[in-house]
Amino acid sequence: MSVLQALDIGLAFLVFAVAAWTIFAPGAFAATVGYVVYGLLLSLVWIRLFAVDVALTEAAIGSGVTGVLLIGAAARLRAAEAAGSERSLSGPSRLLVAVLCVLVAVALAGVVLLLPDQGPSLAPQSMQHLPETGLGNPVTAVLIAYRAFDTMLEKVVLVLAVVGVWSLAADRYWGGAPGEVRAERPEPTLAFLAQILAPLGILVGIHVFWVGADAPGGAFQGGAILAAMWIIVMMARLTEAPQTNAFWLRLAIVAGPLVFLVAGVAGAIFAGGFFAYPPGLAKPAILFIETFMVLSIAVILPMLVAGPPRREPRQ
Amino acid sequence: MTEFLLATAGVILFTVAVGLVRILGGPGDADRLMAAQLIGTGGIGALLLISAATGAHGVEDVALGLALLAAFASAAFVNSAAPAEAPDPADGR
Amino acid sequence: MSLVVDLFSIVAIGAGVFFFLAGTVGLLRFPDPLSRLHALTKADNLGLGLVVLGLLPRSESLLAALKLVAIWALVQLAGATAAQLVGRAARRKGTAL
Repeated sequence: MSVLQALDIGLAFLVFAVAAWTIFAPGAFAATVGYVVYGLLLSLVWIRLFAVDVALTEAAIGSGVTGVLLIGAAARLRAAEAAGSERSLSGPSRLLVAVLCVLVAVALAGVVLLLPDQGPSLAPQSMQHLPETGLGNPVTAVLIAYRAFDTMLEKVVLVLAVVGVWSLAADRYWGGAPGEVRAERPEPTLAFLAQILAPLGILVGIHVFWVGADAPGGAFQGGAILAAMWIIVMMARLTEAPQTNAFWLRLAIVAGPLVFLVAGVAGAIFAGGFFAYPPGLAKPAILFIETFMVLSIAVILPMLVAGPPRREPRQ
Repeated sequence: MTEFLLATAGVILFTVAVGLVRILGGPGDADRLMAAQLIGTGGIGALLLISAATGAHGVEDVALGLALLAAFASAAFVNSAAPAEAPDPADGR
Repeated sequence: MSLVVDLFSIVAIGAGVFFFLAGTVGLLRFPDPLSRLHALTKADNLGLGLVVLGLLPRSESLLAALKLVAIWALVQLAGATAAQLVGRAARRKGTAL
């Protein structure tokens, strides 16, 4: 067995062990930390599977956005846990859930392991037509060129998620700002961290987005890193979350899917098909759409983490 | 050389695994946060070594993203744990 | 020449792994959260620094080498800040956290 194979087997075993610990973890916060650790290990797995774009997404979302979201949720649940008002599943129900999960996992593993060596795939054709899109990264080509409609609908789902989160507010808070009133002064250590990280993170986020045309990266990864920077600045209390009825906020949230849709319709008018790009103009059009997608993602994700409005709207 | 790099990546991952066993189960939240910190640093180390050994492209950006976000779990914990506490006298203000 | 570079890499990366091991031993053996935190952040950051030092001569371009240094600097920052935050939280709640 080569060193690489031993490494892979060790990594897989570690992932299993951390996942099992997370399931049996005592309390919500412990399970959340287990989840963050699991996400970081999964990044390594994706790298080993040569899916670097997915690894980048897992790193940015798993530790940055989702980790913060779950830790905040676990903290809010702690009050309910302490009050003892939680009823957990009975023993037989848990066993049934466990058996069903194992069955699904075994079925998936069986399907993956029994795939023929040359499985059905469109990869050769997509690589063949890559130069026409002007891109060098096939993942970006699939997301924005071959499968653009799907990606646009994913962004619409994000907008719906924000609307869903906002609708959890009490009626009188609709349109107000999320989060408690800012503490008297920012916590010094967090403020220091945010002040140093944010400029660097913005630079890295823009770099990851821009380089996604030809190397692993892309709009979602870049937007997620930018979102994480806004999240840490809000966590350090250096700035307050904006009011949810602010026009610029709502415009930024819908800008991504809106520009995407307009581009698709323009494709129908000018290039002969819904979401077709005119030949030669494909790369500028893709970068234009991606810029607005980055803006939307960078605004939507922090709003999801900030939560529903908890203050009355001013004016 | 590749074998050496992969072997050291394996050792670092093994170290992380042993550390995780101890601190994931450790009493209290501070220990669990240290688990996130440990996997962050060790994972980045193993990642850089594996990418140098297997020659995968663009992996430095993943490590850069992980390094940027390494402190987020601790920041989120501190942020949510003590929302309205009195000013700490150790702050010296 | 390439043999010297390889030797340098091996020595630096080996030293880095040693510090990772030392950090984990400290993590397992120290009695209370604050000293465990100390072992974790100091030893692991130094370990990663030595690993990065060993990988620097093998990087493909100046930009890649600068990225490696930036990664280590960011991990230092994150480690130092996390140590402060976790330590402060541990102290506020008393050592029986």
